[in-house]
Amino acid sequence: MSYVVLAFVIWAAGWWLNVRLASGARSDTLAVRIAVPAIFGLTIVIVWELMVRGFEVNPVLLPAPSAVIERMGDELAILWADFRQTVLKGALVGYIVGGLAAFGVAVLADRSPFLTRGILPVGSFMAALPIVGTAPILVRWLGSGWESKAAVVAVMVFFPILVNTVAGLKDTSAMQRDLMRTYAAGYWASLLKLRLPAAMPFVFNGLKIGTTLALIGAIVAEFFGSPTVGMGFRISTSFGQLALDMVWAEIVVAALAGSAFYGLVTWIEKRMTFWHPSQR
Amino acid sequence: MKSILPVLTVVAVIFGVWLLAVVPMNIHLVADQAQRDGAVVVPDTPVARQEVSGVALALRNVELIPLTYEFGRPRLPSPHQVAGEMVDTIFGQKVTSRRSLVYHGWVTLAPTLLGFVIGTGLGILLAVGIVYSRVMDRSVMPWAIVSQTIPILALAPMVIVVLGSMGIQGLFPKSLIAAYLSFFPVVVGMVKGLRSPSAMQLDLLRTYNASSSQGFWNLRLPASAPYLFASLKIGISASLVGTIVAELPTGARAGFGARMLVGDQYGQPLVSWAALFAAALTAAALVGIFSAIERLTLRRMGMAAA
Repeated sequence: MSYVVLAFVIWAAGWWLNVRLASGARSDTLAVRIAVPAIFGLTIVIVWELMVRGFEVNPVLLPAPSAVIERMGDELAILWADFRQTVLKGALVGYIVGGLAAFGVAVLADRSPFLTRGILPVGSFMAALPIVGTAPILVRWLGSGWESKAAVVAVMVFFPILVNTVAGLKDTSAMQRDLMRTYAAGYWASLLKLRLPAAMPFVFNGLKIGTTLALIGAIVAEFFGSPTVGMGFRISTSFGQLALDMVWAEIVVAALAGSAFYGLVTWIEKRMTFWHPSQR
Repeated sequence: MKSILPVLTVVAVIFGVWLLAVVPMNIHLVADQAQRDGAVVVPDTPVARQEVSGVALALRNVELIPLTYEFGRPRLPSPHQVAGEMVDTIFGQKVTSRRSLVYHGWVTLAPTLLGFVIGTGLGILLAVGIVYSRVMDRSVMPWAIVSQTIPILALAPMVIVVLGSMGIQGLFPKSLIAAYLSFFPVVVGMVKGLRSPSAMQLDLLRTYNASSSQGFWNLRLPASAPYLFASLKIGISASLVGTIVAELPTGARAGFGARMLVGDQYGQPLVSWAALFAAALTAAALVGIFSAIERLTLRRMGMAAA
């Protein structure tokens, strides 16, 4: 019981601290901006731990955070192997292939306004579809190696990136295009110097949507057949062994990988589109 | 309306590629079957044929090409086979039959809609909290944004099994996932929308001596409508995808996800493909309905879509 009481006390203390910080005099400094969500997250983890102990929750249903962290320390080698198989091979290769394909199609389609008008609605329609449902079919076609995961990922990221790139290439004003014409710029010069740079904020928007989709595709596709390594494989087999702490360890890795992937793309975006109003 | 012709062109190109791909994808299976039926096939052993690419095999056995479009258990079914299977399972069966896609569609749609309503409701409430409480804004908002980058969807099957082992089955576990997936897009969009009134508009209300709740109902809430609709469209398709993924590897016996997996495991590709296309049509219909409501509402409110 004392654990549960302690959990409530810590929750109240964390909230009180955040109220003080958020409405205090220094609430707009960077340190406070980071500290407040950090305290909030930490409070939730501590309350989770204390609740699991206090109510003696069966670890098969919900393991305590300490058990998950301990398991992560013990199984670092396996987690790293799974990370390499799923994220570095399946998700990343598929992401790059799908992204390049979408980019290529978008640049080709951009030469014809007719095709552009057709691709935009069809592409945004396809982007809203449950494409992840093709995972069983693609795994059957390409076997259970990482290639089939990369294929699922490539199909999933293709349409969001395509739609955003096509929309971005159209996003130049008549004035800017006229300026290029007065410079006697040809197709390639105006593509490289005007329209591609102008499309970059849109392209990165598509790329950022794609990061989460890539991890989802790679993990879900592993549920339908995989070698004995990979995050999706580990999640489903650990689940069968009722090793929920291992499942949560993989969830933590997936969450970190997802955030890091997104963060990386955002960082590249900041470097490449520093001129755009949203980055200044 | 100018874009109808281009759209049809793009769709026609996609179908053309599909039709062309059917031949090399199925020709090996068709050749094996034709040989068992006594036809002469070049090369004449299955092992030798595996060495040859699909296109080459088709060119050397031209008379087999029509058969690839009618093959019973194809690797890639042809469009008319999928359409036939869909018409048969949607209109040809009683709605309550387990072979009817309408039945499976409802099994998927019901938790999607329930979860979507719950997720959207809670999302709007949290957004109001975030806009009016500085502490909530600073504590919760960063996590709401970070959570968008986490592949939660991939864990949907696990949630189903955990809740199943606790004795919770049926509509609720799938609704929970659908709710979770529609929750964060609505929170993020709604916060943006509720904050969209300009300082000028807020000042105007202050000069009218409007109370805080009047400001909410008469300014902030109407101003958030375009953002809300954009989020609803993202949320409803995310909910549907979530429900389908939740059904996929969990041994569910009904629903679009279950049909896709069953067709794959029992060598009935037509069942998988029909379920896939039915799911696509459902997603399109849901997004279409929300777009229509969006246009009607915003027009009556005198706004253009965001």
